Amino acid sequence: MALGAAEETIRRIEAVWRIESTKLIAGLLRLTRDVGQAEELAQEALVAGLERWPEAGVPDNPGAWLMTTAKNRALDDLRRRKLLRGKHQELGRELDAEQEAASGELEARLERELDDDVGDDLLRLIFTACHPVLAREARVALTLRLLGGLTTVEIARAFLAPEPTIAQRIVRAKKTLAEAKLPFEVPRGAERAARLASVLEVIYLIFNEGYAATAGDDWMRPELCEDALRLGRVLAGLVPDEPEVHGLVSLMEIQASRAGARRGPTGEPILLLEQDRSRWDQLLIRRGLAALERAEALGGARGPYALQAALAACHARARTAADTDWARIAGLYGALGEVAPSPIVELNRAIALAMLFGPEAGLKLVDALKDDPALASYHLLPSVRGDFLTKLGRFEEARAELERAAALTQNARERALLLARAAACGEAAGSSRA
Amino acid sequence: MRVMMMVKANPKSEAGVLPTEQQLAAMGKYNDELQKAGVLLDLSGLRPSSAGVRVKFQGGKRTVVDGPFAEGKELIAGYWVIQVKSKEEAIEWAKRIPAESNEIGEVELRPFYELEDFAPGSAIDAAKELGKKLPANSAPKR
Repeated sequence: MALGAAEETIRRIEAVWRIESTKLIAGLLRLTRDVGQAEELAQEALVAGLERWPEAGVPDNPGAWLMTTAKNRALDDLRRRKLLRGKHQELGRELDAEQEAASGELEARLERELDDDVGDDLLRLIFTACHPVLAREARVALTLRLLGGLTTVEIARAFLAPEPTIAQRIVRAKKTLAEAKLPFEVPRGAERAARLASVLEVIYLIFNEGYAATAGDDWMRPELCEDALRLGRVLAGLVPDEPEVHGLVSLMEIQASRAGARRGPTGEPILLLEQDRSRWDQLLIRRGLAALERAEALGGARGPYALQAALAACHARARTAADTDWARIAGLYGALGEVAPSPIVELNRAIALAMLFGPEAGLKLVDALKDDPALASYHLLPSVRGDFLTKLGRFEEARAELERAAALTQNARERALLLARAAACGEAAGSSRA
Repeated sequence: MRVMMMVKANPKSEAGVLPTEQQLAAMGKYNDELQKAGVLLDLSGLRPSSAGVRVKFQGGKRTVVDGPFAEGKELIAGYWVIQVKSKEEAIEWAKRIPAESNEIGEVELRPFYELEDFAPGSAIDAAKELGKKLPANSAPKR
């Protein structure tokens, strides 16, 4: 029984950590101006809780307890450093902080600051974790760790990477941030747009890694999708006037609504038009459509995320695959190609046009993209060609394309699906010859 | 996981007494917290059972019974739907409900069935078909 109770407390502490860690680190970052130190203080407070709570019980307001504990440790640190340094004096805010500390003013100021609305702290933390001085994968790891409340082990598992690799990545990222001596301000003006784009990119990378795992045996890792959605929703609450944030949230909500329909019983992928739409999550669709409306109401209809959300919404609104408004989809891909030109967008536009005008037309459009170097190792190009060729009854060519696509994809599930289709083409070719 | 937190009715909610400004403010603050944490999916308040009806099924017959209904403590007055990592996280959020100021006596937490909990029917069929029939359409994954 006692063991059960202790376990229960630990699970409870994990839950508290998940809810409070981000706010805690964000609040402490304002004080320490160092991500690593802020996280350490938060962790130390958690350890203190872990030692104390199984015996004494979890306090009524565990978040406040953790914050007070971390804050006290931060103050102790400051005082200790002051003692160590003796009469040596340093200029700058640290000195001010020490003088304040001596007079008890710091405590009062911290109290005020940490009780403030945490919105700006959180935003500062998000912008810091997604700072462009960091490599993309470092941003992703740091964001999951500091804002998603994930442990290094969880992040490693999610990205199929060895734990030491992720741990290293996080340590190095924190060091880079410390060395860059960032002002830790929430960016304004022109810089804000660029920095926000980096934040949105990180969140969508996390979502996509969960939604269409680029490598490994699983077709999806839904936990990562949920983490990304949560981050997106948090961000939408922090910067409600940014249309692209709502665009991204809409895109993720609508894509996530299909999670239950895009895997078969043994985990194999089921493509959009084959999915059982009764399994789409209507609550998420409703939320996604509402977020899209908000993005459009804020004048953001032509933002890249809003356009992708509008595309996803076209499918969400169609009751059956046959009801899909392919003309609108082709038009939206056209608009997306203008604001964010990419051969992949062109490829998708070709698919939409093929749905409108037939596989012959689709094939012509796709063939125009065939030599684009950006698509050279992109499995969807031969996969789409293979599909058009199949529909045109050119099974031999189709099989070759599908096999090429299978060789290019990194995802085991997707490869199996493509090979099955290639084999079916092979059979069809055989029987049409016979 | 998705969890529904159901607020049980009390005599006031059953009498259709609307929350005071103060109660609304406390609840609004809590809802805001859920929203800002990115866990809130849906929420609603329900009219008292006097506005409700029950449709009973017995022996092939359908009988409509008008409210109000007597089992006050078991009636639902409102709900939240939250997305959390664990049951413990849901409990943490539930403990923070401003129960005293809003005269809430009990909240019931019920995890949703997720699609994974069911053996897919038509999805199984679709998958079986995949191997047999000619290649499916390769529309974009989204």
